[in-house]
Amino acid sequence: MLSNGDERQNVEVPILKQGHYLIATFQAALTDEDLLKLQEGLVGQVGKFRSRGVIVDVTALDVMDSFAARTLRALAHMVRLRGAETFIVGIQPEVAFAMVQLGLTLEGVSTALDLEEAIYLLDRRVKGAKVRGK
Amino acid sequence: MSKSSELTTVVMPPSAAETSELLRELVAHLRKNRTQLRQEWAKRITEAKLLTAMSQEEIFAEATSVYDNYVEALETGTFEALQAYARNLSERIIPRGVETHEVVGIVLLLRDVLARSLFAKYQHDFGLLNRILDAYEPAANRIANTVAVGFVQERERTIRQQQEAIRELSTPVLQVRERLLILPIIGVIDPQRARQLTEQLLRGIRTNRAKVVVIDITGVAAMDSNVANVLVQTVEASRLLGATVIVTGLSPEIAQTLVTIGVDLAKMNTVGDLQGGIEEAERLLGYKVVQFSDAMPQT
Repeated sequence: MLSNGDERQNVEVPILKQGHYLIATFQAALTDEDLLKLQEGLVGQVGKFRSRGVIVDVTALDVMDSFAARTLRALAHMVRLRGAETFIVGIQPEVAFAMVQLGLTLEGVSTALDLEEAIYLLDRRVKGAKVRGK
Repeated sequence: MSKSSELTTVVMPPSAAETSELLRELVAHLRKNRTQLRQEWAKRITEAKLLTAMSQEEIFAEATSVYDNYVEALETGTFEALQAYARNLSERIIPRGVETHEVVGIVLLLRDVLARSLFAKYQHDFGLLNRILDAYEPAANRIANTVAVGFVQERERTIRQQQEAIRELSTPVLQVRERLLILPIIGVIDPQRARQLTEQLLRGIRTNRAKVVVIDITGVAAMDSNVANVLVQTVEASRLLGATVIVTGLSPEIAQTLVTIGVDLAKMNTVGDLQGGIEEAERLLGYKVVQFSDAMPQT
């Protein structure tokens, strides 16, 4: 994805690997290009590392627009197709309130309060899957 | 004193000096006849069946204060003292159930009583009577206005205070187990209170790291579609923070409202009553409640 000279500085969101999970933490609002780059990066790396979970931490975001919400939903679906579960964590109360008023409900995407919670939930799911002999 | 003028002659409005002179004469008259004018007024108040919430003694006592303040306002031409008195009076009588029409009524009656006494005194000099009335009427109208407006403002202040108190009745967000919050809602919810509750709840979810919230609306009789929509938004916003919401205590009317406005019921997790809601919440959180001994005896 080539940048088209957006005024905001293009930011690379670092993708960290933690065991079977990939973690991407937003430091600030991202441009549309950055969001699509992140989406591409995560979907690619899930395959490369055979990850079971992706956690996107948006604690630093004080606003979520419809493009970001759509991109995150698309990400969750794509990642699921490649065998992993996505959690969006750290949505702030004010952001959540604004989102639902705009009808951005992130339907179908798992959410958790924070990173710790998401890892706990992913561990349970992964363990559950192992127990069922997957 | 000028000659009486014919009705058809144009009368020049009194000069400021003349007006004060006339007002001074008027005030002197009102002071001299203080007793009988007050009594006349109190009599008229009772005849008009006003201030029924108060006893005769109370009416006469208040009448005296109003009269004296009235005369002072006429004398000084300043209305601050009267405004302060009007607010003070209102503060005292509003809890007694005195209504606006009564307050306006008694002030107008006083105006009538005083005007009548002026007619009686100056009936032999029509021109002077007119000039006295020219001085009296604007002042009297301003006084009536001041007292009535003071009363109404005090009522509005009381209403605003009560509204604030109701809003604050708002809902404590209560943690009853680890990760479990209860939000008991009581009373009337308007869209503003609903939004306030939502913000409070979302902050509570974050602070307490809650995974399940039980919103109990047993104490809410009815809900319009605006508030119902805010309720749905609360459920959705809580999910974005990783919490599940269970709504309990829906009355038949509210159930009907929700269905009528087409709420997506798949999004709403509801249980009949609070007890059921807490039991469901505990189940979701992996609690099992077991009674392993009889209830402790009371000491």
